[in-house]
Amino acid sequence: MAAAREAFAQGSKALEKTKLKVGFIPITCATPIIMAHPMGFYARHGLEVEVIKTAGWAVIRDKSLNKEYDAAHMLSPMPLAISLGVGSNPIPWTMPAVENINGQAITLAVKHKDKRDPKQWKGFKFAVPFDYSMHNYLLRYYLAEHGIDPDKDVQIRAVPPPEMVANLRADNIDGFLAPDPVNQRTVYDGVGFIHILSKEIWDGHPCCAFSASREFVEAMPNTFRALLKAIIDATAYASKAENRKEIAAAIAPANYLNQPVTVVEQVLTGTYADGLGKVQRVPDRIDFAPFPWHSMAVWILTQMKRWGQIKGDVDYRKVAEQVFLATDAAKAMQEMGLAPPDTTYGKYSVMGKEFDPTRPDAYVNSFDIRKT
Amino acid sequence: MSSLALGAWAVIVSLAILAAFLAFWHLGTQSMGPGAAMDSEYAKLMGATATTGQSAMPGPGQVGHKLWEHLTNPFYDNGPNDKGIGIQLAYSLARVLAGYAIAVTLALPLGFAIGMSPLVYQALDPFIQVLRPISPLAWMPLALYTIKDSGLSAIFVIFICSVWPMLLNTAFGVATVRREWLNVARTLEVGRFRLAFAVILPAAAPTIMTGMRISISIAWLVIVAAEMLVGGTGIGYFVWNEWNNISITNLIIAILAIGVVGMILDQTLGRVARLVTYPE
Repeated sequence: MAAAREAFAQGSKALEKTKLKVGFIPITCATPIIMAHPMGFYARHGLEVEVIKTAGWAVIRDKSLNKEYDAAHMLSPMPLAISLGVGSNPIPWTMPAVENINGQAITLAVKHKDKRDPKQWKGFKFAVPFDYSMHNYLLRYYLAEHGIDPDKDVQIRAVPPPEMVANLRADNIDGFLAPDPVNQRTVYDGVGFIHILSKEIWDGHPCCAFSASREFVEAMPNTFRALLKAIIDATAYASKAENRKEIAAAIAPANYLNQPVTVVEQVLTGTYADGLGKVQRVPDRIDFAPFPWHSMAVWILTQMKRWGQIKGDVDYRKVAEQVFLATDAAKAMQEMGLAPPDTTYGKYSVMGKEFDPTRPDAYVNSFDIRKT
Repeated sequence: MSSLALGAWAVIVSLAILAAFLAFWHLGTQSMGPGAAMDSEYAKLMGATATTGQSAMPGPGQVGHKLWEHLTNPFYDNGPNDKGIGIQLAYSLARVLAGYAIAVTLALPLGFAIGMSPLVYQALDPFIQVLRPISPLAWMPLALYTIKDSGLSAIFVIFICSVWPMLLNTAFGVATVRREWLNVARTLEVGRFRLAFAVILPAAAPTIMTGMRISISIAWLVIVAAEMLVGGTGIGYFVWNEWNNISITNLIIAILAIGVVGMILDQTLGRVARLVTYPE
């Protein structure tokens, strides 16, 4: 009955398709995408969504390109890379919403307990989840700010999150900048400790993205709108601290993250064991904010340029505005009674250094350590 | 020692090896004594390995307990990402049989043709030799990219990896049928078609069956790798999902299940092979 009323209320805006498949990687960054299933956010917007756990970023990209998924959880640099044709054929891709901000960490093996200064890390082997990830760019940024050239002084390899703990235990790597629950799971199993949270590098950095092909956005505008609203709805719910325990219990089971509840709870509530014998309390360890700032896309593009992933001139603003659908997100947020920001560009401070989105090339050239 | 006594002895020795293995396993996974001292609030946030010094490797008791859970409830379905081990094995078997069936329908006639003609045999040999040793993991990205469907890609990879032993063995079996038999057939003016089915096929059948038996083992090896990569369903996905949760207990159970199913597949084809062998 409720569903019928919903359909009636939508009237002319009938959904083109109600049964959707959305892919996700089992990490806490995907919290809104995952929880929207057990907690009924998709159903509330008239959609019957199957959330499908996927083995890795390359697979989620290929399954999205193959249209096996209608939409998917991706790392926020991926829609940019796919649209630019970096690491795959260029296909117009979009990022209608950010999933989470903050929520990552640098974790090191227990044996490096006394090497807390990055200058002591020469020769280390690090893992990041994917080449086109905020993790890669943040780790490189952090190392470079401490005088370590990430291409010469250390090794950085792409390792799927589930394999990171096993690799750290086996001494194949010294540490990683990884999404949770990987960091917390490493601590939980007594293998490593949390060196710093990613918010200490850039407080409020974007991480994962809700993404869809431009084809889907244009061919099924009503379905897309409903799906985006469900995601924004879930994101708003997840951003409230008092809901976090309930969410942790909803997404920890085998069908979703497949992790002990206490591990997920430590990530979401920010009251966690750091692996060094202390209980830390950082309520904004991870947060959820859907607005896809164009300036975030520009920052990501500057780092792709900095590390040689894209060569030649880049029209930063054009790419950012094509891929990050700020207008759609703002409209959906307004319709739901949330307040979107007035502008889509903002300045950031990353490790104390200012980023001005209007001068991206000058920003790239301001770094001594870079690949270009 | 009579043959019956030998069989009985083998069973006893097998059981003794199993018992010794379980005993070592049990002793090897005992608690390593209490872990480092930590306050109670911190300890609550940590896992058993860090707090109680419990071995990260589960003991035989834990695995047995979990195995019982799986065996008593093999077909539960808690949504697309969490299904019972019986359902997962069924998905894997269906994929393996589909890929294998395609491989059989292609390898047997083609192998026959290759075996009948020394020219074709030598011309195709370099291609077969290059394609044969390629790992399923190497095929998978290419398959995903070109076929654009992960389910079909998995079946394709099983096909491409399991086709070669059958193809080679069929060709070899056909090429090495005893000359005398062919000569006798020729003297009797047997037609080409009849020659193939009444003389060559029965003569080459044991070699062909050996190839099919190697192929099914390879297909079963491949499925785990393929499903770990594309995910979704199947025993390979189960392994990946439990790895994600670092649940060694479930990984051991998966390994056991993969071994048992592989053995059943092999034994089944072994029986068929025995039906077509003939005394020289």
